[in-house]
Amino acid sequence: MNPESNSLLLKPNRPVGIVGYGAYVPQYRLPATEVARMWGGSDEGLPIKEKSVPGLDEDTVTMSIEAARNALARSALDPRKLRAVWVGSESHPYAVKPSSTIVAEAIGTAPNIQAADMEFACKAGTEAMVMAIALVGSGMGDYALAVGADTAQGKPGDALEYTAAAGAAAFILGPAEESLVEIISTYSFVTDTPDFWRRAYQHYPEHGQRFTGEPAYFKHVSTAAKTMMEASGTTAADYAYAVFHQPNTKFPQRVAKQLGFSAEQIKTGLLAPMIGNTYAAASPIGLTAVLDEAKAGDRILVVSYGSGAGSDALDLRVTDRLEKYRSLATSTAQYIARRVEIDYATYVRYRGKIAMR
Amino acid sequence: MEVPRHWRLQKQRYGLVGEICPHCDAKIFPARDVCPECGGEAKEPFRFSGRGEVYSYTVMNNAPAGFERNTPYTVALVKLAEGPTVTAQLTDLGSQPVKIGMPVEMVTRRIKEDGDERGMLIYGYKFRPVMGS
Repeated sequence: MNPESNSLLLKPNRPVGIVGYGAYVPQYRLPATEVARMWGGSDEGLPIKEKSVPGLDEDTVTMSIEAARNALARSALDPRKLRAVWVGSESHPYAVKPSSTIVAEAIGTAPNIQAADMEFACKAGTEAMVMAIALVGSGMGDYALAVGADTAQGKPGDALEYTAAAGAAAFILGPAEESLVEIISTYSFVTDTPDFWRRAYQHYPEHGQRFTGEPAYFKHVSTAAKTMMEASGTTAADYAYAVFHQPNTKFPQRVAKQLGFSAEQIKTGLLAPMIGNTYAAASPIGLTAVLDEAKAGDRILVVSYGSGAGSDALDLRVTDRLEKYRSLATSTAQYIARRVEIDYATYVRYRGKIAMR
Repeated sequence: MEVPRHWRLQKQRYGLVGEICPHCDAKIFPARDVCPECGGEAKEPFRFSGRGEVYSYTVMNNAPAGFERNTPYTVALVKLAEGPTVTAQLTDLGSQPVKIGMPVEMVTRRIKEDGDERGMLIYGYKFRPVMGS
């Protein structure tokens, strides 16, 4: 192993792990064929089958609360022991006023916490996880909650409207000896790449069309994964599961293949075909689906991607405690199976696309 | 603007936090500091499980101010597992018909905005059919 590349890995001083995890997916589904019907698209080669849509009373805060409650249930932890609540999203309901304080109050933390909202397009959730690992790993606090959640917006008729979805995933990081999943290391690769953005006061994002592929998603995800595996002395064969950011079905499949992962290794964590791109929740929620079935000793690679741009890679190992605790909350598969199909008109109403005044 | 009023009720609305009576063990919601069962002082906070069943319900087609965009919606009297009955909206019903006695569970949702799109967002408890039932 090259000592220089090994030093790129982020490793806490004190061993850290995930002590609780939880997911949330709203129940409404908009089939991609509905978007195609409305905008004259073809029913062939659609990016996903359908996407999740939040109800009229749901937003990043409400979804984060439910995912966090599931994480708390699995950790069996008194919420007053949490020392941080960090919520990553690009759809915080307020422009100014933290989502994290509302989430913290709802789940019953003590006021003795760090709280803030993170924004880094689709990687804000994994960034919050890395911060939580650092807080626990340094010994500053014993437990920290990291959430990735989004109610993503796609401009009507834009390619993103097929996939911009809603969901949340929450993780409580704590001492490794109490954990369901041990953090081996993390590594992040970040550059200034303007592939997707939303300016202040704008309702919908803009994106660089095909520029979002090679120089953006593929470069960052594959560099993060390759650097991590090279520095860790691992290959794709060492991992039972891999989860890649999933803006559609094809991108994660293609990057997995390039990196030497099989369809079998990414199958469990590839939820985009059924729920769409849940942005800051996308790779985290894929991880929750993996944790719902992984066995003790399984090694898991998670690589997020956030436009703008960067990737966080997480190298994880399942402990023998996972099997006992995972049944303490609703599984990700149960949320995905809870499904109410809606048409485009209902979608337009639920997403507030009708101007009422 | 009714910011202080909403702020005062946050704990009970976000997490269904009431009180428990130290004398007769009654669970109290909403918090009132005096036990309605035995008349003793009761100030100990108690977080309800959120489990309950529909005692009665109605469908709102003409909504009061602040709820117009959500019509039609269902309001129910929910009998909590711990005893008290609360009034709340039902949510995530889909095409599922509501039945008296139907088991429900608490979720925290966006209730309304205070005034218009410039006002604070008000979150609170609603109930949905128990998942997996």
